[in-house]
Amino acid sequence: MIDIVKRRYLYFGISLLVIVPGMLALLIWGLPLAIDFKGGSLLDIRFDTGVVPPPAEVTTLYAENGFSDSIVQTTGQNGLVIRSLEMSDNQRDQLVSLMESRFNATITVNRFESVGPSVGQEVAKRAAGAVGLAALGILLYITLAFRGISHAFRYGIAAIIAMLHDVAVVIGVEAILAHFLKWEVDSLFLTALLTVIGFSVHDTIVVFDRIRENLNIYRRLPYETVVNHSIVQTLVRSINTQLTVMLTLLTLAMFGGLTIRHFVVILLVGVFSGTYSSIFNASPILVVWEKREWRSWFRREPKPASS
Amino acid sequence: MSRTSRLLIPIAVILFLAIYIDLPKSPGIHFIGINRDFSTHLGLDLVGGVQALLEADVPTTQTINPADMTAAQKIVENRVNTLGVSEAVVQPAGSRRIVVELPGETDPAQALQTIRQTGLLEFIDMSSLSRQEAQALVRSKVRTDWVSTSNQPVAEATSTPSSSIIPTPTTPVTSTLAPGITATPTITTTVPLTPTQPAPAGPTFHTVMTGADITSVGVETTQAGGYVVGFALNAAGAKIFGDYTTTHIGQILGITLDKEVISAPSINSAITGGKGVIEGNFTSQSANDLADLIRSGSLPIPLKVVTSETVGPTLGQDSLRKSLIAGLIGMSVVILFMALYYRLPGFVADLALLCYALITYALFRLIPVTLTLPGIAGFVLSVGVAVDANVLIFERIKEELRSGKPLRSAIDLGWNRAWPSIRDSNFSTLITCGILYWFGSTFGASIVKGFSLTLAIGVMVSMFTAIVVTRTFLHLVLDNINFTQHSRWFAV
Repeated sequence: MIDIVKRRYLYFGISLLVIVPGMLALLIWGLPLAIDFKGGSLLDIRFDTGVVPPPAEVTTLYAENGFSDSIVQTTGQNGLVIRSLEMSDNQRDQLVSLMESRFNATITVNRFESVGPSVGQEVAKRAAGAVGLAALGILLYITLAFRGISHAFRYGIAAIIAMLHDVAVVIGVEAILAHFLKWEVDSLFLTALLTVIGFSVHDTIVVFDRIRENLNIYRRLPYETVVNHSIVQTLVRSINTQLTVMLTLLTLAMFGGLTIRHFVVILLVGVFSGTYSSIFNASPILVVWEKREWRSWFRREPKPASS
Repeated sequence: MSRTSRLLIPIAVILFLAIYIDLPKSPGIHFIGINRDFSTHLGLDLVGGVQALLEADVPTTQTINPADMTAAQKIVENRVNTLGVSEAVVQPAGSRRIVVELPGETDPAQALQTIRQTGLLEFIDMSSLSRQEAQALVRSKVRTDWVSTSNQPVAEATSTPSSSIIPTPTTPVTSTLAPGITATPTITTTVPLTPTQPAPAGPTFHTVMTGADITSVGVETTQAGGYVVGFALNAAGAKIFGDYTTTHIGQILGITLDKEVISAPSINSAITGGKGVIEGNFTSQSANDLADLIRSGSLPIPLKVVTSETVGPTLGQDSLRKSLIAGLIGMSVVILFMALYYRLPGFVADLALLCYALITYALFRLIPVTLTLPGIAGFVLSVGVAVDANVLIFERIKEELRSGKPLRSAIDLGWNRAWPSIRDSNFSTLITCGILYWFGSTFGASIVKGFSLTLAIGVMVSMFTAIVVTRTFLHLVLDNINFTQHSRWFAV
C-alpha cells in the first residue's frame, strides 16, 4: 500500500514551494484591486469601423476632460478597455461622443461599470468577514458531525488549515498571474475563492469521514496506519471527482468566453489545490497533532521526513 | 423489488413535471387558482442591460428609518415601471441601499435618467367627462397640454450635474394638516384607484396645475375613522387652484403621474385656502398608496447612484452562446467519463445525471432563478458535485463486491456507507453558499448571489438524485443481473 502519511513532510514542503513564492509575489507586487473594491469606472468599447485609436490619444482625451489617471488597454476585437475614476453616466456619454467625433468612429459600449470608493472599501471589508464566517460555520459543523470520536475539534481545525492552505495557494497564484497577465481582483475572483473554500472542505470531509469509520473498525491499529489506510481508500474517489470537476472547468475555460476565463482559471487552481490539501495536508496534520511532533521540530536535524 | 417500484412512481411524476416545465414553449400551469407560465430568466450579463446601486445620500453616522427606505424603494419602483422593462428588479440591498436591475434595457443612459428624475404630477381638467367616464380612465395614459419650459419636467432634477436624486426641497409627509379637517373644503372620489384596462389615447386635457406647486402630502384620519389624503399648496398653487375650483364645482379634476391617471376625484367645494383633502372609500393602505404616488416627486431620503454597470446586448448574447456550448461540452465529457470508467453503473449514473440536470433546470424556471454567467458556472460546477455523490457510492459498491458480497446487498451497503460523507461534504458546501448569498445581497452583487443560489440548488438536487434516483435505477437495472457472469460490466 502507498504510504502517504509517512512522507508527510515532503508533501508539506511541496505546498510551501507553491505558497512561499505566491506570498512573496503578494508582498512585492500586491494584489491589483479591480474597481469593485477600490472604486472607479471601467468602460469597455468597440470601434465598429475597425480602426482603434492609439491608447495614448484616448488617455489625452480623458485627461482633457478631468480624468487624469485613466489606464487604456486594447482588447482583441477592435476594442478598448478604459479604467479611470468614478464617473456618472452623463459624463460617460459625453466622453464616448467626444471620442466618436475626434477619432471619426462609431463606438458601441460593451460594458460600463462605475463604483463609488466607499462601496468598494466596504465590499473588501465584508469579503474578509465572509471568509472568516465561512470558516467558523464549517468548523462548527465538522466538530458537530465528528462529535462521536475523540478530539472532534482537531478535525475541524485540520480542515480549516487545509482550507487556509488553498486560500493561500489561490491568492498567491493570483498575485503572480495578476502581475504578468494584468489581471485584477474583482468580485468574481472573490466568488471563486469562496467556492474553493467550500470545495476544499468538501474534499477533506470525505477523507475524514473514512477515518471516522475506520477508527471504529480497526481499533487496535496505530492512528497513523488508520489515517493512511483511509487516504488510500478514498484516493480513487478523490482523483475521479477532481477529474470530472476539472474537465468541466476546462471546457468552461476553453469555450466559455473571456468574461469568465479569469474566474474559471482561479477555480481550476483552487480545485486542484483543494484535492491536494485534502489528501496530502489535512489528514497528515491529524497525525502530526496526534503524535505532537512539533516538540521535536526544532531539536532534530532539518529533515525529519527522511527518518 | 417492491421498494424500488414504489419509488419509481414519484420519480416518474417529478421527471414528468420537470420536463413539462423545461419545454422551450412550456404551456404553463393554468388550473383554478394557479396561473403560472415558465420561462428562463436571464441576467443582464447575458441579455445586456443596466444595473445601478442607489445609496441614501446621508452621513453614514445617521441612522435611516427603514420605513423611509421602503417608501423610497416604492417610488423608484414606480419610476422603473414607466420604462416598460420586463423583469426589472428593485430590491433593498442592506439597510441603506437599493439595487435596480433592468435586463434587456437598450438605452442605459435614458433609463438611469428616468430613475433619477422626479415624476411629473399634474392636475387636469376633466370637466368634459362624466364621473363614470373619468373613473374608466384611471390607470390609463392620457394626453395633456402641459409643456415643460425646459426639456425635463422638473427643473430641480436636471439642474444637478451630479448623479444625485434630489428630493423636492419641501417638508415631506406632515401631519400639520390634521387639525381643522371639517373646515377644509374637500373633493371626493367615489372609487379611488380602480384598476381598469388601458384606454387608447383620447382627447387632450388641459393641465390646471403641476405637482411643483404642492408643498406637502399626507394621509389623515377623519373623525368618522376613515382615511383621506390631504395636501397643501404654495401661494401660486393656492391662487390657481382657488380660481379653478371656484368655477368648476361638481366637475371632475383628474390627477396624473407621468401622464397616467392615478385618481379622478370630483370637486365638492372651492379650495381657496391652499389646503385640501381627497376623500374616497380609502383604507389606510390605499390612502397611503395614493399619497405615495402624489409624493413620488419627492423622495423621503435623498439617493445617489454609487455604482452602475451597463452590459451591451452583443456582449451578453456572445457570453450566453459561449457558456451554453461550454456547458454542453462539459456535460458530455462527464457523461463519457462516467460510462467509460464505471461501465454499467456509470451508464446508470449518467441517466441519474440527466434527471439531475432536468430537475435543476426546472427549478431555475419555477422559482425563478435569474441565470447569470457565474450562475451557469455554478450549475456546471454542481454537475461535478452530483457526479461526486455517484462516484462515492460506486467506489463503495465496488469495495463491497470485492469483499464477496452479493450484488443487491452490495448496492445497499455501498450506498449506506457513502451517505455520511455525501451528507457532510454537501452540508459544508451549503454553508459556504449561504454566506456567499448573504454577502451578495448586502451589496446588490447579483453575480455572487446568482452563483451561490444556483450552486446551492444544484447541491440539494444532487443529494436528492443520489439518495433516490441513482439507488432506484441501480436496483432496477442490476437486481436481475448475475454479477459473476458479467463482472466486466462493473469494472471491478
